[in-house]
Formats: sequence, C-alpha cells, structure tokens
Amino acid sequence: MKKLGLLTVVVCGVLLLLKTAEFADWGDPNSPASRHLSPYFLENSIKDSAVPNVVTAVLADYRGFDTMFETTVILAAGLACFFILRVRKTEKPKSTYYRHVPTATTLRIIEGAVLPEQSKVFKRIDSVWVPFDLILATTCKAIIPFIQIFALYVIAHGHHSPGGGFQGGVVLGASIILMAISRNLGAAIAHLKEKTTVLMAMIGVFIYAGTGAFAALAGKNFLDYSTLATVLGVDEIMARSHGILIVETGVAIAVMAVMVWIYYNLSSAGKQDEGL
Amino acid sequence: MGEILDFIIAKSNYWSYVVLMMIGLYAMISRQNYVRKIIGMSIFQTAVILFYVSTAVKEKAVIPIIAHGHGEEANAAIEASQYINPLPHVLMLTAIVVGVATLGVALSLAIRVYQKYGTLEENEINDMIREQ
Amino acid sequence: MSQHYPALIIVVPLLAALAAAAAGWINKRYCFPIAVASLAASFVSSVFLLGRVIRVKEVIYEMAGWTAPIGIVYRVDALNGLVIVVVTAVALVNLIYSKSAIEEDFPDKMGTYYALYILFATGLAGMVVTGDAFNLYVLMEIASLTGYSLMGLRRDRATVSALNYLIVGTIGATFYLLGVGYIYIATGTLNMAEIASFMSQMSDSGSIRMAFVICLAGLFIKMAFFPLHGWLPNAYTYTPTASIGLIAPLTTKVTVYIMIRMALSVFTPEFSFKTIELSGAIVWLAIIGIVAGSCMALAQKNFKKMFTYIIVAEVGYMVGGFWLGNRAGISGSVLHIANDALMTLALFMAAGIFARKIKGEEISDMQGLFRKMPWTMAAFVLGGLSIIGVPPTCGFFSKWYLISGGIEAGNYYFVGALLFSSLINAVLFFRIFEVAYFEPFSESHGHDHSHGHEAVAVEEAPLGMLIPFYVVAISLVILGIFSGDLITKIIYFAIPAGIV
Repeated sequence: MKKLGLLTVVVCGVLLLLKTAEFADWGDPNSPASRHLSPYFLENSIKDSAVPNVVTAVLADYRGFDTMFETTVILAAGLACFFILRVRKTEKPKSTYYRHVPTATTLRIIEGAVLPEQSKVFKRIDSVWVPFDLILATTCKAIIPFIQIFALYVIAHGHHSPGGGFQGGVVLGASIILMAISRNLGAAIAHLKEKTTVLMAMIGVFIYAGTGAFAALAGKNFLDYSTLATVLGVDEIMARSHGILIVETGVAIAVMAVMVWIYYNLSSAGKQDEGL
Repeated sequence: MGEILDFIIAKSNYWSYVVLMMIGLYAMISRQNYVRKIIGMSIFQTAVILFYVSTAVKEKAVIPIIAHGHGEEANAAIEASQYINPLPHVLMLTAIVVGVATLGVALSLAIRVYQKYGTLEENEINDMIREQ
Repeated sequence: MSQHYPALIIVVPLLAALAAAAAGWINKRYCFPIAVASLAASFVSSVFLLGRVIRVKEVIYEMAGWTAPIGIVYRVDALNGLVIVVVTAVALVNLIYSKSAIEEDFPDKMGTYYALYILFATGLAGMVVTGDAFNLYVLMEIASLTGYSLMGLRRDRATVSALNYLIVGTIGATFYLLGVGYIYIATGTLNMAEIASFMSQMSDSGSIRMAFVICLAGLFIKMAFFPLHGWLPNAYTYTPTASIGLIAPLTTKVTVYIMIRMALSVFTPEFSFKTIELSGAIVWLAIIGIVAGSCMALAQKNFKKMFTYIIVAEVGYMVGGFWLGNRAGISGSVLHIANDALMTLALFMAAGIFARKIKGEEISDMQGLFRKMPWTMAAFVLGGLSIIGVPPTCGFFSKWYLISGGIEAGNYYFVGALLFSSLINAVLFFRIFEVAYFEPFSESHGHDHSHGHEAVAVEEAPLGMLIPFYVVAISLVILGIFSGDLITKIIYFAIPAGIV
C-alpha cells in the first residue's frame, strides 16, 4: 500500500507540475487574475458601499451569497457533530470529584454517597485532571474579558481594517474554549449552555438569511442591502455599508456559537459532563 | 544557471503548493491510522488555500484596504496595481471555513469509530469487521 | 414573486432548516410539517421555473443585484431546469416516505435530522442552479458535510464507511476547487458563462487543460466513476433507511449533471470533445465500469449492496453516453439523470420496506414475499423492469437513446456493454423475483438478526410508505410515456446547437 501510495503521489505531483511553466509568475501584477475582475472591486468598493476594506466588501456584498452558505456550512458542521456524537443518557460515573476551594483539597466521592451542593466552597471538577493550578486559572480569568473585547473590535472594525465576522467570531469562541481548557468543561457550560449556543447559531444564520429575504420581500433581489436604505434612513451606499455590518454580526454570532458547540461535543465525546 | 534560478523562484509558489498537497495525499493514502489520515486531509486542503492566496500577490502592492481621505481626497483615483487582488482572499476565507467544518465532522466520526472498535488503525478495524 | 423563483428554491429550505432544528428543541411534532412544507415550496417553485425556462429559454437571477462577473448569478436553462425538478421531487417524496423510519431511528434527534436533511437537499439544489464555479464548491461542501452525517449514524459499520467516504469525498471536492483555481488564474473570472466566452482564445492554454483534467478527476471521485468507485458500495449499504433514499439517487446524479455543465457550458463542447482528446478514453473507462459494476452486482448476496453496484454501472451509462459527444448520446445521458434518480429511489424505497419488514438484507430472506406483501412487490417489479429497461418504463427510453448514440458514434463496444448490463440486470431481478415468488415463506426470517427484536409480522408496508413508493413507481411509467416530449421540448434545448 505504501509503495502504491508513493507511486500515485509522485504521478499526481508530476502531472500537477507539468504545465506550471505557463502559469503567471509569482507576484506578477499583470497576471490575468489581477487584470480582469479584481480592479473593479478595488476601484469601486468605496463608491458602491463605502467600505475601504475590499475583502470585506467582496465577502459580504459582491459575493455575499457565498458567505451566507459559508455560515450555513458552519451551522451544518455544528449540527453534524451534535447529530453524530451527542448522547443524552449517560451512565453515572463510579466516582465524582469535588474541590474544597478554601483548602484546595480534592475530594473523591464514591458512588451512592451524598454529593455536596455546588457552591463557592465545593466545586465539581473533571476526573481526568484533578490538580488545581491557581496561576493558570487566575490568568485566564483575567485575560478572557480582554480577548472578548478585542473580538468585538475585530468584528466592528472589519470595514476599515483586517477583520470581520468570521475572525471576530472565532476569537470570541476561542475565549470560551480557553475558559473550558483552563478550568473545566463544566465551568464553560455553566457560563454558556449548550441550548444557548444552538439558539445563537440559529439566530446568527437567520440574521444573514433574514436580511437577504427582507431585500427580496421589499422588491429587490435577494441580499440586495440597498433596500435597507428606507428602514435605516440613509442613502443606498451607506445602506450597503450598514447591511454588511448587520450580516457580519450574524456571521460572528453563528461562528462563535458553533465553535463552542463543536468543542463541547468533541471534547467530551458527546456526553458533555467532563471535557479535556 | 541564473535563468533557471529565476524560473524556479518565479514559480516557487506552485512548486511549494504541489509538494505540500502531495504530502497530504500521501498521508491519506498510505497511513493506517485515521487521525493521521485526517491530518493529511487538512494539509491537503491547506495546500490549495496556499495556492489561491499566492495567486493574489502583486509585487510592490499592499493589502486591499483602500487608503482614502475625506472630501476632495475621497474622489482621488484608485490605482488597482497598488493593492493585491482581494478575490482569492475572499474565496479562501470560505475554503478555510469549509476545511474547519470538515475537520470537525471527521473528528466526530473518528470518535464514534474509536468508541465502537477501540482502535483507529484501519487494518485492525477491517479485521474486526471481517470476523463478525 | 415570480422573478424570485431561483432564489426561493434555495432560500425557503434554508430558513426552514433553521426552523426545523429549533422546533426539535421546542416541540418535535412541528419538525415534519416544516420540512415537508419547505421542500414542497421548493418543488413547486422549481416546476414553475421549468415552465418559465421552456418559454424564455434562460432565467438569470442576480444575487444582491450585482451583474454577472462581479456578483454571483443563478442561471437556469433547460438542462438544470429539468434536473432541479428531479432533485426537489426526490427529496420531497423520500421525506414523506421516511417519516416513520426517522421517528423510529432518531427519536431524540429528530429536529437535527430534519435540518440536516433539508440542508442536504438545499446544497444539491443550489449546485444545480448556480452559475458560479466557486459558489458550486461551497454548496457541494454543504451537501457533502450533511451527507456524511446523515450516513454516519446508527449502525456499526456506518461510521467507518462514512469516515472513509469523508476522506475520499474531500479529496474529490478539493480537486474540484483546485481546478477552479486553475481556471481563475488563466481567465480571472469565476462566472461560468464568462469563462465560456474566454474559451475560444484560451483553448491551447496549459492551465485550462490542467483545470479540465483536475476538475474532471475530482468529479469522477465524487460520482464514483469506475475505477474511483471504491467508496460507494460500503458507504451506501450501511446508510440508514431514511437517508439512503435521499443520498443514493441524488448525489451521483447531481455530480454527473455538474460534469455535463462543466463540459458544455464552462469548457465549451468544442474544447471538451475536440481540442482535448480524452473523450475516447473516458468512454472506454465507462465501458469497463459498466461491465465491472454489473458483474460485481451479480456476485452480491445482499440486495442493498447489489443495488449499490447497479449505481456504479449506471454512472458508467451516463458518463459514457455523454462523452460519445453526439446529440443522441447526450440526450440519453441527460434523460437518464432524471430516470435513474427515480429508478434508484424506487429500488431503495423497496429495500427500506424489506429491511424493515423482514429484518434481513439477504436475497434469500425474501422468500414468499409476493404473497405476504403483494402491493409492495408489484411496485418493486415495476422498478426492476425499469432498471432492466423494459418498455414502457422510462429506463427503456434513456437506454434507447444511449444505444442509438453509441451506434451513431460507431462505438459498438459501448452498445455491447449496455446490452450486456441490461442482460445482467434482468438476471439479477428475475433471481429476486423467483425467490420472492416461488419459494415459500419461511418462518425463520432474520434468524441471526432478530436478537432482542420483537418478531415483526411480515405484512404489507404501512400506507405512509406505500403511497410515496407508488407515486415513484407510477411516475416511472409516466416518465417513460412522456419521454418523447421531454426530449423534444426540454432536453433538445439543453444541448448546444453545435452538437449533431
């Protein structure tokens, strides 16, 4: 199998390299790709939608339909992971672990014993990783709000600098995942329940598709943001700009929620009691 | 000699993407372990992303965020050759997302397989299936 | 509203998928009506769209109001107007058919299942109507991702075969993406119509030739064309009943459609059939694929697996017929997309009923079924006759066109392979009919499957399954009777005028 694989790979590689001599050089400003369509985007994005970041303009406006399905792909992945992995009824574990916070003692409570109530004093922890790291937990707790604020900045400033819904959404999701890694899955789920993530994912995609459907209902083509002009009370160009912000917000919500949702399911193999 | 070197440098983006892509393909074909196959799949997809993004590059150009002023300056002509091509970046943003999504689904299927067979080696799983 | 049909086909199911998933968390009873209503709306709009296409030849819908090369456009002509009706119809009928199977198999994840089901149909429908090469990739991935998860649940081997399919399918899709990239660096555009307009000056460009080969390779992997079919039989055999009726008829057929679309309206017929000299080789592969697929089908004891090998052979019919490059062959190929989607659906609907009632998937488990479930068997016979190609069922007519295309092209090996495969299909199905008709019903059904199951009385399928099954079976005959009209009124206009 290995030799066959190597042969296939070498043949494929040679075939792919065969015609590269005819391709445009790396960095050639006169390649067909740079001459035909992209100058239109570069020259007109400010005129059409008042967005200086052309990537954002193309992503959410000129090719906004692609991006709507991109968000749908993410949602589909979240649904798929949930569908494949999630189990509702799990066996009760043999023993559960609690931490007595004031003394930093770890308690193992065997089956059948009375469990302490979740409180500031007794916290349930994962059985796979019992040691408590004060520095790690505190540092992460301190920086998570800043990560989230930065994520919001990335989303909101996508018109003028690199960034936008996807990037901001991923950073936002990462902040929750960081919480899950630095403490435990239960802590993250306590902050953001699974149902909430699902609901947010749906709302995110709905904001995008709904904006598009609104345009269609208002008489123009699907996703034509200029129909927002009358609602928002601005001219058509600014309406496009605001439309982009609206859909990017939807994208960010969906991406963030699905990232967290997938993490919950993958890290606990669908049981969502104990994570990494 | 110099010409050949120029040629290699001018097409280096194509060489590197093909090499990377074939590494991924080889991992997918020849490895027995599903996690390695999945890693190979990720490399394979990333190679194509690299290819697209490399086609966006223009010499002496900056990222496609238009420097714009207000009032009079806002109407100044925009020289397209000053900015790199935005379209491949947009397309690859989509492809990256698709790659992440595929990876998530692949990993969750792999977890399921592991739960059922207790292994992720393809040959061992095939043996178990045959014995049934 | 009528100008929005192309968008409605896609957007209504997309919004309904959200609603169905949300309904799964609130009240499961709403999921099914939402799903049916959205797919029905999609089906109705595609029928109206086809009507409009017949009148005006081409409908273009500009997403977000941006014209062709700048934005993404949906472009519907006679070719995809026909395929979109088939796609939405199959998705709708199979959904109604599988209501009880879904409730039984996925009781606690019903909302998610319906959402994935609708998204899969949305992805396929979008692939069919889109006029943008990259948009097609995104939609293809939606259909693939949801497809993997629809396959990967419930049975033991399903997860392994779904994972294998995922890896192979990703290779296919990534090759397609790479091919689109090659087209892009040569032409600078992603709009299919615009690429075609550049083609006459580009036909000797190396990257276009490479793009053609890479795209085709990727699509061949996705459609399980011989010799890249290895993933299909296992993946389809172990797929749950409700999903297989959606996935098996549509995935391969839509991919064949994309191949036709790429060859005819992106690379132009001139380039695909003449400039690049691959069509002969592809037809030969198709011939081998037809023969090999039929022989492997003959070797199977499990009827579901047998059907999957029939699919491999049928893919050979369509691909081979198309690359003959003449009008009759291409007409046959396009007609066969529609016919085969319905025939495969009929077969797997029958398989679903059998698997449910006799708890076994071996042909030998089917003893005496004619007596126990005569209505089901009658419709199944109709499906079998159509696969064999007996008039007046539709299978006969597409085969007729394919064979006359072969004769016209002077490729008698292709004609021979088609006749051979029809013969094998006849043997296959009459073997099943024989077991089911002449051998007495034995009480030991499912002896090694029934552990832990309550013994199910083998009887007629419930009406909820039988009625959709009959709709499909009868439509096989209706499609056969009207196939002449289909050819002259629709498919004739789907083929560029240059092809004789």
